[in-house]
Amino acid sequence: METILGVKDLLVTRSDQTVLQVGSLAIQEGEVLAVIGPNGAGKSTLLLVLGRLLQPQGGQVYFRGKPIEQEDALTYRRRIALVLQEPMLLHQSVFDNVASGLKFRGLPRTEIKQRSNEWLERLEISHLRDRPAHRLSGGEAQRASLARAFALQPELLLLDEPFSALDAPTRARLLQDLHALLSQTDITTIFITHDLDEALLLGDRVAVLLGGVLRQVGRPQDVFTAPSDAEVAAFVGVETVIAGIVSTSHNGQVIVEADGLHLEAVGDAPAGTHVLFCLRPEDITLSHPENNMVSSARNHLNGHILRMTPSGPLVRVVVDCGLPVVALITRGSASEMKLTQGQLVTATFKATAVHLIPR
Amino acid sequence: MTTDIFEITLLSLKVSLIATGISLFIGLPMGTWLALSQLRGRKFILSLINTGMALPPVVVGLFVAMTLWRSGPLGSLRLIYTPIAIIIAQTIIAAPVVTGLTASALQQLDPRLRLQLMGLGASPIQMVTSLWREARLPLLAALMAGFGSVISEVGASMMVGGNIRHQTRVLTTAIVLETGKGEFQNAIALSILLLILAYLVNLGLTLIQQRGAR
Repeated sequence: METILGVKDLLVTRSDQTVLQVGSLAIQEGEVLAVIGPNGAGKSTLLLVLGRLLQPQGGQVYFRGKPIEQEDALTYRRRIALVLQEPMLLHQSVFDNVASGLKFRGLPRTEIKQRSNEWLERLEISHLRDRPAHRLSGGEAQRASLARAFALQPELLLLDEPFSALDAPTRARLLQDLHALLSQTDITTIFITHDLDEALLLGDRVAVLLGGVLRQVGRPQDVFTAPSDAEVAAFVGVETVIAGIVSTSHNGQVIVEADGLHLEAVGDAPAGTHVLFCLRPEDITLSHPENNMVSSARNHLNGHILRMTPSGPLVRVVVDCGLPVVALITRGSASEMKLTQGQLVTATFKATAVHLIPR
Repeated sequence: MTTDIFEITLLSLKVSLIATGISLFIGLPMGTWLALSQLRGRKFILSLINTGMALPPVVVGLFVAMTLWRSGPLGSLRLIYTPIAIIIAQTIIAAPVVTGLTASALQQLDPRLRLQLMGLGASPIQMVTSLWREARLPLLAALMAGFGSVISEVGASMMVGGNIRHQTRVLTTAIVLETGKGEFQNAIALSILLLILAYLVNLGLTLIQQRGAR
């Protein structure tokens, strides 16, 4: 695979503070690179630099092996397409919005019409083509924004948290649709998100950006299961975080009440303390409820499997126990237990596996 | 008197429309540049422009009169007491209004819109025209404010035009004259005409503006 985009010693500073520092990063033709990190980690800054919308203070970006300054900015920008968190549609019809990038390129009218219609269709918003863009719902508007970008058939697609402003069901559907489109089109994509689920679903590789520094790049399963350092581990490791209140506290053991569930943990927070109840997915065991497994583990929660996401040799299983609980199990276990979506399972974890964060 | 009124009204309209047009020609690019550039002195220039929006017409009249006066620096052009002199003065009054309001109209747009447009491959000109389209309501309001500031002013027109019958008499200067003579009926008739004129021009602009309203 050819490297389409390369980054070397990139440095972005803002009023003498380092905002972004990337030693080296290479994006392969056709891959989806998910860049994850908390807010303020420099993710969007990286995207703006790669889109040539922000001039870095140091370093070099290469496109197909050549420094990007070798061609003029407009020619470069017409190779890419950008989708932002807010759809940023113009006050025109949906069709005119989807066609806008093609019009900028001065393409023949028939081609503009054909390509716009095709992508309206593929994003399932054909019925909205004549509607003014400002009368769309959040999800519809983001679909229009994606159609506008895809219609350009870019060599590089830059997506900056396109779903973070959407409600959960809309987001889930759009995420699935985008996943399908990306695998159909093979467009090289850089996808910025702070959501691990999104990164796991879309990313062929994941890059972790913390405090403006690129900390780890690798296959999702590697990054999620073998974080390069403690901070990356903290960012990607703990997947189940439940807000609750300590109901009883006795002899170093506490019971936390969260959404009607009573969960046991080790700790000495007094009753009434608000806490975050954190669990690593690898600390959760799944079993069939009828097995009545006897164990020393203190917590047994029954719930239906919400979704299963394979990642390499492992499967992430989200169980709805009143609250979503994420378990990471091997593919072997999943197939031996014949786990399927919607199935009732028991999630078991030890009181000692719980990490309590008072707040 | 009737033909006089017709002539006066037509001259008022002509002079103010031309002045507004030139102001648009200057103010739209200037305001756009001020809104979009990241120049250091930008805020200072904007504060000057905003002060310019409150320029008293008599002060403008004084400076234009001094400049165009027979013995003044541009006296050889023999423009004082001509309609062109009024147009010059009115342009100086309206241009800051159009510039300032254009800048504020474009600054109200989400700054990320520029990134989005560039990220879709818009050239600088395509980006600016797209932004103008997005801000068309406040931009037309800027134009109306510019026209309003000159069709209604009297000080500068009087000082540089001289209110000469058949030559530089406009509605506002005629109203001053008639009122001075105690001819209140004429003054009232001219005032009503001025109001109707201002209304018609603004009606036209409002219709254009609201055609694209959301």
